[in-house]
Amino acid sequence: MIKFDRVSKRYPNGKDALRRINFELPAGQLTFLTGHSGAGKSTLLKLIMMIERPTQGQVFVEGQNLNGFSTRQVPFLRRKIGMVHQNHQLLFDRSVFDNVALPLVIAGFARADIGKRVRAALDKVGLLNKEKLNPIMLSGGEQQRVGIARAVVNKPPLLLADEPTGNLDPALSAEIMDLFHDFARVGVAVLIATHDLSLIARHRHRLLTLREGRLIHDGEDDDHGA
Amino acid sequence: MAPNSPRARRPGGARSARTSLGDRLRAWRHHHRDSLRDALNRMRAAPSSALMTVLVIAIALALPAGLAVLLDNARVITKGWDGNAHLSVFLEMDVDEDRQRRLADDWADFDTVKRTEVITRAQALDEFKALSGFGDVLEALPDNPLPPLIVVYPDNTAPGQVEALQTRLNALPEVDNAQLDVAWVRRLHAIIELGDRLIGVLTLGLAAAVVLVVVNTIRLAIESRREEIVVIKIVGGTDGFVRRPFLYSGFCFGFAGGVLSLVLVGTALWWLGGPIDELLNLYESEHSLTGMSPSTVLVLPLFSGTLGLLGAWLAVSRHLGDVEPQF
Repeated sequence: MIKFDRVSKRYPNGKDALRRINFELPAGQLTFLTGHSGAGKSTLLKLIMMIERPTQGQVFVEGQNLNGFSTRQVPFLRRKIGMVHQNHQLLFDRSVFDNVALPLVIAGFARADIGKRVRAALDKVGLLNKEKLNPIMLSGGEQQRVGIARAVVNKPPLLLADEPTGNLDPALSAEIMDLFHDFARVGVAVLIATHDLSLIARHRHRLLTLREGRLIHDGEDDDHGA
Repeated sequence: MAPNSPRARRPGGARSARTSLGDRLRAWRHHHRDSLRDALNRMRAAPSSALMTVLVIAIALALPAGLAVLLDNARVITKGWDGNAHLSVFLEMDVDEDRQRRLADDWADFDTVKRTEVITRAQALDEFKALSGFGDVLEALPDNPLPPLIVVYPDNTAPGQVEALQTRLNALPEVDNAQLDVAWVRRLHAIIELGDRLIGVLTLGLAAAVVLVVVNTIRLAIESRREEIVVIKIVGGTDGFVRRPFLYSGFCFGFAGGVLSLVLVGTALWWLGGPIDELLNLYESEHSLTGMSPSTVLVLPLFSGTLGLLGAWLAVSRHLGDVEPQF
């Protein structure tokens, strides 16, 4: 699903954010990406989202080399990627329903279809009865689940999460992790960037560890046998 | 099938989402409609700041539009004046009334003269007394200081012809001075033409001002909707999708400003209409103030809307790139 082939990223200020990164994420696998802040986690996610482009090497998503993508094609790449943020990135000027519907509206789904798919996604995260509320009225855990519903509503083959449990207590974190497991089980490649070591310890999955831009550990100790 | 192939594990419900071309076209149309509605809703949500922007645009456009209407009227009024071109031929003081009448008859027979009109020294004095209010002053003078006058109406008012006639009359011994009364009309025409150019320059400058006002308004709108733009970009919104509501916003500001400028010009013309008609009556003109032409009424809001669109486009292409997702 994702392949990094000797990828390096140097920012204009001369900082090497990533150095010769190689790894591959198959579909249906849940993988943790960890490392101290500044180790290159965010840069790695940005390369997948094409917010940044690599200085060297190639990034593949679904077998397509991102170096061949023009700026115009970037939105269409992003439609294949569900992104979950630590701070949820919800819009408080519209209802939960409209927040989750946004990717579908952008992708040009028919109205009737949008209703069905949004409700299916909200049902999945257990918020079907809150679709008319403004997200600001929801708890932190609920807001995160709205963010997840939005990320998966158009059934992307790839789900990225940036510190998805950062502000949540362990019980809520566990709920969120259960959702990610469910998506991996139906074939979605899930990549979770986190420095929450207890979260990683509780779930035995493949673990990619970055330090100063290098991939220093690629543990194959997950329970999916990938 | 390979163990980690997505198809092998996916139940039917997890098909990746696809849309047909028809659906996308319909969605595109819907988004246009939604963007327009959104633009109007946002104006309604912040009526005072929207009104400010619209008012600035309206005033900027009303100025050249109003001047153009006045100038058009001036052009229509003065059009007929060339036709009244005549020569005022002042005779030497010693030409008596009989001689004056005979000269007038002679000149009336010229090819290039339509008719002549005699104003004797006595008539001139009476008229002067009646019109100037200096009657008492004239009474005090020993003699009538006004010369005999023959007004000559030429057949053909083309500039060259009239001037030729003027030269011919000036050459006569009885003539003191043959004066072409059309000169000031010509000057007026020149002034009107200049006014036309000035309105052009003014329109250009104020159109630029309208564009800049919209650029600034849209720039602030982009700033205040930064989060929304970031989210749209993350979930795969194209630049067109992001741009659209702002472009509609710009068009709406421009269009509303254009409509309001029509109202302003209309009100001003209505306000000025009475006095101007009165003034024209004093000049024995049958013309009465005409308002804006239907084409102006139609074109002005569209022109203004286009300026708004242009402003929004500039703002969006300048500032939208600054808003990139960060995490």
